[in-house]
Amino acid sequence: MDRGPGAEPRSAVTGRAAGEGPAALAGDRRSRIVGGGEGRSVWVAVASTAVFFTVAGVLVVTSPGWPAIRDAFFDGAVFRDAFPKILARFGRNVAIFGIAEVLVLVLALLIAVMKSLPGPVFAPLRLLAAAYTDLFRGVPTILVVALLGFGMPALGLRGVPRSDVVWAIVALTLVYAAYVAEVYRAGIESIHPSQMAAARSLGLSRGQAMRHVILPQAVRRVIPPLLNDFIGLQKDSALVAFLGYTEALRQAQIVSAADFDFTPFVALALIYVVITIPQARLVDWLIARDQRRRAGGGTT
Amino acid sequence: MSEAIRLEGVRKSFGRLEVLRDITLTIAEHEVVCLIGASGSGKSTLLRCINLLEPIDAGRIVIHGVEVTGRGVDVDVVRRRVGIVFQSFNLFPHMRVLDNLTLGPRKALGVPRERAEEEARALLERFGLADKVEEYPDRLSGGQQQRVAITRALAMNPDVLLLDEITSALDPELIAEVLDVIRELAAGGMTMLIATHEMGFARDVAHRVCFLDEGRILEQGPPGRIFTEPREERTRRFLDRIIAAGRM
Ligand SMILES: Nc1ncnc2c1ncn2[C@@H]1O[C@H](COP(=O)(O)OP(=O)(O)OP(=O)(O)O)[C@@H](O)[C@H]1O
Ligand SMILES: [Mg+2]
Repeated sequence: MDRGPGAEPRSAVTGRAAGEGPAALAGDRRSRIVGGGEGRSVWVAVASTAVFFTVAGVLVVTSPGWPAIRDAFFDGAVFRDAFPKILARFGRNVAIFGIAEVLVLVLALLIAVMKSLPGPVFAPLRLLAAAYTDLFRGVPTILVVALLGFGMPALGLRGVPRSDVVWAIVALTLVYAAYVAEVYRAGIESIHPSQMAAARSLGLSRGQAMRHVILPQAVRRVIPPLLNDFIGLQKDSALVAFLGYTEALRQAQIVSAADFDFTPFVALALIYVVITIPQARLVDWLIARDQRRRAGGGTT
Repeated sequence: MSEAIRLEGVRKSFGRLEVLRDITLTIAEHEVVCLIGASGSGKSTLLRCINLLEPIDAGRIVIHGVEVTGRGVDVDVVRRRVGIVFQSFNLFPHMRVLDNLTLGPRKALGVPRERAEEEARALLERFGLADKVEEYPDRLSGGQQQRVAITRALAMNPDVLLLDEITSALDPELIAEVLDVIRELAAGGMTMLIATHEMGFARDVAHRVCFLDEGRILEQGPPGRIFTEPREERTRRFLDRIIAAGRM
């Protein structure tokens, strides 16, 4: 459960380099399918894919363990019962990661800008920002969720929210802002210093140059790795179940326990797959488009 | 003639590398001064120091009677009066040509958008770029980009213009259109300090030529004299190399 949170954003931070693999592959595939100029290669691809999956499917379904697996994970009746309930609760996950994403965008930008402040005067702020990102990238997400989600309401202090979801959202925001801040910072640093010089030479202050010249270009460049991190955040909204809050995963657990069946978990997995895969494709497409543009020759 | 820029004993090092050693130079208003010198002699650094893009280690820089290297000087105010154009254009790629021009006036000078755009359009028209107003920089040729960069600096209505090898990134056939813009500005009385490798242009447009050698101004004078009878051996050798390379 907590392998995901660690593994996901780490790859996303290096998203630019890592992203080149899939994007290059996508381009490759396109040229192999379309580039031939005739439809024959398309048919070969379709046929071989169909044959492969039919054979694989038959092998699985005819294996001796299949009936047990089917009953435990792919029970049609349980699915029909569980799916609407889980889907309804998934609205809570959407609210959790929706709010967290907005907060992450703002907080991460703040941290990234803090980290890029120059000069000795701002050393404390830079240090603070660095400590923050180190800390929250180093601690397992589920631990932060547990600490804040169980801990803060238990304090019973006046003015401190008692709702565990609120603290779960805060926890997810803190963790993912640390990753997204690094993404932003990589974006800021990828803008050539001559852009800052050009802006400053027009009499713009450092802040104005950041706001009007550096950040607009940086943000555009980091959209793909940013979306990668958001996919991770969306998946990690399931960690809130750990606090006993009835979102989709907790709901799946409840139905599963009642029916002695794991099909509800499969139903939830299906929901996640349906919302994350289009986003992953979008990321690939954005990276590929970016590369085409760069190959087309832009100016710095 | 009153003075526009005065440098007194300016020194600048990057780490242990001394790039500018004791530069003293005065430029009068409406004067056009060309800086020539080998690659690495410190031309770009000198221009960047005058624009306060690089802090100097020693000496003074005075612009229109105001010392700009003193403590408590608002560098942004200085930069608004001293325009600089770079070798690599450095246009803002995410903005249309028009917005490239209006950013400085609007944000640094507080000119309202409408007036800034009106003035920017007039400037672009004057330099034959009227049809590029709505384009993004990467749709323009190198020569057009550099002309936009010059008009962007002019949009700030600067007292002084610093030009750093503005034609060296351009194909030969595009150089003339950019140099024509500078000639027009010189004719209009703009004070300019120009780092250049275009000796023909320097001879043509400069009132004075300074030969920079290892961070020192080794020799200066009117172009007619510097190019025909340089006093220093090193100046002569530099010019011979330039002539051999066919750049004069
Ligand atoms: N930011 C910097 N950090 C370290 N060294 C620098 C920096 N900028 C310039 N230098 C060094 O200072 C020296 C002078 O550089 P400068 O760019 O001023 O030369 P230049 O006369 O403009 O040369 P060119 O004709 O090639 O443009 C060079 O040796 C260069 O490597
Ligand atoms: Mg230079």
